[in-house]
Amino acid sequence: MVTCKDFLREISEFLDDRADPQLQSELKAHITQCPNCWVILDTTLKTIQVYKGMEPQELPEGVHGQLMKALEKRCAAKTKKAQPPPTAQK
Amino acid sequence: MDPIAASAGRQDENILIEKAKKGDFEAYGQLVERYERKIYRLARNITQSNEDAEDVLQDAFLKAYEHLDGFQGQARFYTWLVRIAVNESLMKLRKRKSDRSVSLDENIETDEEPIAREIAVWDNPEKQYSRAEMKQVLDEAITSLKPIFRVVFILRDVEELSTEETAETLGLSIAAVKSRLLRARLQLREKLTRTFKRKGDQILGYV
Ligand SMILES: [Zn+2]
Repeated sequence: MVTCKDFLREISEFLDDRADPQLQSELKAHITQCPNCWVILDTTLKTIQVYKGMEPQELPEGVHGQLMKALEKRCAAKTKKAQPPPTAQK
Repeated sequence: MDPIAASAGRQDENILIEKAKKGDFEAYGQLVERYERKIYRLARNITQSNEDAEDVLQDAFLKAYEHLDGFQGQARFYTWLVRIAVNESLMKLRKRKSDRSVSLDENIETDEEPIAREIAVWDNPEKQYSRAEMKQVLDEAITSLKPIFRVVFILRDVEELSTEETAETLGLSIAAVKSRLLRARLQLREKLTRTFKRKGDQILGYV
């Protein structure tokens, strides 16, 4: 018999569908009979969903420009290094 | 995204990566534009600081550029980038605070039984709260978590890394990732329920 305590301990695995099949079905049976655990499951799922649903915001002003400038500098240094030194070309 | 669009996106991404490996700066710029906002959010979520997040953003993209040849293409480029950014973020955290609350490897927290006190239903908070209000509620809740829980939650549930990828990125065992994820999810649920529950429409009881 799955208790509420067991359910809480396994809720994360249950949500990810990673509990072993036997346990998974016992946990499923538990929420059909236990309104408390059903509510906990439902609100945990919603918690994950609201975080997943948050779109990343725009970067603060100037941050993109700074990043590109730093990259460009590094990029130029990298290409210079890749070319043979001028004396070797003779 | 539907699977066909996703695979087309990935193909086009591989082309950009190949070009960038040959020194095509424009191609790398396109990769940066694709992921910079997500990497910034990730860094800010972990470090809880705008300034640190800006540093991490820059260092991560510089490092990724330098090590692009080492990217083999078996993993998703984004997952690879996330690993670099997480390491940079954790270094910031460790540098900033030397107190033990930042330690990612302590094990004491796993002994406690998980708990759920707030038992009340809620629905569609997006409809009652503005985007800015939602962001504030979610930010406050995640800030209140200990770093050891916060980082695991962000990688698993926000960045959607697998349990195995998260474990590898953080140098934790699979069991530690699972245990921390469980506690992080329940603690956040507790806080969001306190904010979002319908007034006067509670409480069924205690577990
Ligand atoms: Zn129950």
